[in-house]
Amino acid sequence: MATTVHEPPQIDSRRRPGTSHSGNGGWRNLVPADGDLRVARDYSPPASSTGIWVVLFAVTMMFAALTSALVVRKGASFDWRHFTLPSILYFNTFLLLASSVTLEVSRRRVAAFMGGLRSQSESPARWLYITLFLGLLFLAGQYEAWLQLSREGLFLATNPSSSFFYVLTAAHGLHILGGLAGITYVIRKLSKSALRRSTLDATARYWHFMDALWVYLLLLLWTKL
Amino acid sequence: MHDMSTHAAQHHEPTTFIRKHVFSLDHKVIGKQYYALALVAVFSGMVLSWIMRLHLGWTNLAIPGLHFLSANGAPGDVMTPEYYLQLMTMHGTIMVFFVLTTAPFAAFGNFFLPIQVGAEDMPFPHFNMMSFWVTFVAFLVLVSSFFVGDGPSLGGWTQYAPLSAVGAVGGPGEGLGTALWAISIAIFCVGQLLGSLNFITTTLDLRVKGMSMMRLPLSAWAWFITSCMGLTAFAVLMPACILLILDHVAGTSFFVPSGLVINDQLQPHSGGSTLLWQHLFWFFGHPEVYIAIVPAMGIVSHVLITNMRRPLLSHRVLIYCMGAIAVLSYMVYGHHMFVSGMNPFSSLAFSFPTLIITIPATIIVLIWTGSLYGSKLRINTASLFALGFVSMFVSGGVSGFFLAQPSLDIMLHATYFVVGHFHMVMAVAAIFGIFAGTYFWFPKMTGRMMNETWGKIHFWFSFVGAYCIFMPFHYLGIAANIRRYQAFVADYLQPLIPVHKFITVAALLTGAAQFIFIYNLIHSRFWGKPAPDNPWEATSLEWSTPTTPPPHNNFGDHLPVVYHDPYQYGVKSSVGDYVMQASPEQVATVNEEK
Repeated sequence: MATTVHEPPQIDSRRRPGTSHSGNGGWRNLVPADGDLRVARDYSPPASSTGIWVVLFAVTMMFAALTSALVVRKGASFDWRHFTLPSILYFNTFLLLASSVTLEVSRRRVAAFMGGLRSQSESPARWLYITLFLGLLFLAGQYEAWLQLSREGLFLATNPSSSFFYVLTAAHGLHILGGLAGITYVIRKLSKSALRRSTLDATARYWHFMDALWVYLLLLLWTKL
Repeated sequence: MHDMSTHAAQHHEPTTFIRKHVFSLDHKVIGKQYYALALVAVFSGMVLSWIMRLHLGWTNLAIPGLHFLSANGAPGDVMTPEYYLQLMTMHGTIMVFFVLTTAPFAAFGNFFLPIQVGAEDMPFPHFNMMSFWVTFVAFLVLVSSFFVGDGPSLGGWTQYAPLSAVGAVGGPGEGLGTALWAISIAIFCVGQLLGSLNFITTTLDLRVKGMSMMRLPLSAWAWFITSCMGLTAFAVLMPACILLILDHVAGTSFFVPSGLVINDQLQPHSGGSTLLWQHLFWFFGHPEVYIAIVPAMGIVSHVLITNMRRPLLSHRVLIYCMGAIAVLSYMVYGHHMFVSGMNPFSSLAFSFPTLIITIPATIIVLIWTGSLYGSKLRINTASLFALGFVSMFVSGGVSGFFLAQPSLDIMLHATYFVVGHFHMVMAVAAIFGIFAGTYFWFPKMTGRMMNETWGKIHFWFSFVGAYCIFMPFHYLGIAANIRRYQAFVADYLQPLIPVHKFITVAALLTGAAQFIFIYNLIHSRFWGKPAPDNPWEATSLEWSTPTTPPPHNNFGDHLPVVYHDPYQYGVKSSVGDYVMQASPEQVATVNEEK
């Protein structure tokens, strides 16, 4: 027989809320026996910081499915035609990597601004605009890569290799558009002074992930096409 | 941390009709919308099955009015063989996606998950609203295929390539119908991904003070595990559908092989892999079975425990088993492809996990039956349907042992044995789970009780009826009655036609009995007995809301604090033989609390 509410608190320092990221209550009982609820602080990580990992997991699964489709389709028959990737892709990669750097700079500036370390006269959104611009430039560059391929006579249905090129770049491009929408949302919230730190962090995580995803896709296309 | 996520879950009560009932951000309204969608879908799917059953029992029977549905598909009210396949495809698609996925998971999960964890709403209410409306659009797109071109797709709910990828040459409905099918399912995936995002973050981040993971009710655990499965499965189905659409409309060759000749026409595709579609589809398709059944398992556990007035033999093991099923569900999908021409060694590799996955499923059943043994179960409609679920799950599951073995599956594949198996273990079982949930939670959802007498009549008709329909399927399958045939003209099939007639009559009666449920649902909604806050003397947080149905922010001015495990029954407290999770009362319990 055990009495429930009389049990000693099962919180040790590691289990203190606020140090773990498993949300309110963690995995164990967090209501102390003496009824002093102040010990179990009402803390939970912002939903957007968990949510963004959930989103990134789904994105990973989607591109994993497309990758396995590419590998299986390539091995399925002998009609796979190799082609050289348009060189502009490497320039685009540089643009996207640069945008990650500028986003990181802006993230720190905005954090400093929100922490009151910078004066109001500085525009904390400047680097966000630069990131937005670089992102748009990347998309324009990807479009140029499509145009180059079509000038070479490689269209969506020409060959499975070109099909996968268009599908993967389009899918990634759509996700980049989502990231640009996120950055626009952050700028809007910032201008209204209603930005949450977690929103900015989640957007940055998404953007960096898209960056890494593109590097992966480039390697995949480079080795397989 | 200045941005508490709970703030994200708060929004003001809407005042306009549109924001309150149509484009609502409230998880409770969204849950009801999903339920209504599932109800419309299940009756559409049921009517389709009636039409098919009538045709199977009495071939070339004129079904009055059928030509209104399709003039080409049913000239003179007699359906063509192709139209039978089109109805079959729509029956499967509507039932699997818009009933078995939406009702136990999205409908009840949306309504009760935030309340059971003690949250005021989901963390991303706009995504939640989008998730429903996107699903609704997907349903409209799918149903619209009835009324365009030459009707809906005839490829079956699995849409095997290459037939699904070649376009109109594949047969009636394979042009626009299949394109709409693929578009609808791709849209549906978006809705479910948005829903899963909300479910996972709600469970992880919005639990109220004291609500540790192990204190979550089993229904909440089931929704959480299901959302993890949904996130993985629908993220794979969506790109698969996109590739299918491209093959279909843009002339790519992902799934269509070289030199394919259909209706004397050489197809302008080359080198695609038909197996690739099957792999991508079943990587989603098998977890989908568990996406339908795991929430029902959670609901049934929740209902059974409340009615037998004692906790399960092991709360923890049941959670671990549901988790194990979720993980294993990704490793068994190849058992749908034993006869697809894939390497026989792969069949063996998929057969082992298929047999292994029966272990956690069996443990779950043993926990239920072991806990029921010797308990004084309160018999009401909800607990009857929960028992019915266990019965269906076991009866349907047993035939799974046979099908899991490639050597037997070669013979039983594509026969009515398989149809009987999955209808019992997944479809009817999950629907019984939905019914159990409906009778159990209706008082909380609407503030009124459902009529128990009508409920019990509904149960017995459904229970006996479901066995009358689906048990003979196994017999038909063993007699090598092939599935997806619209008429049985072969000599060896002729003697089986009386069985089909029996099944048809059973299906019509069982289906008609569902109108008792509809009557009960509508009548009780408006004229039912007003429900008390906790009619079943249950313990979880949904029964601690200040009003019934719960107010806009679920708990009024004060969020509850959780002091107890979810199922503290069989104790002595001031209110009876249970202590609610949110009650600070000290009680002596047999089980150590977590």
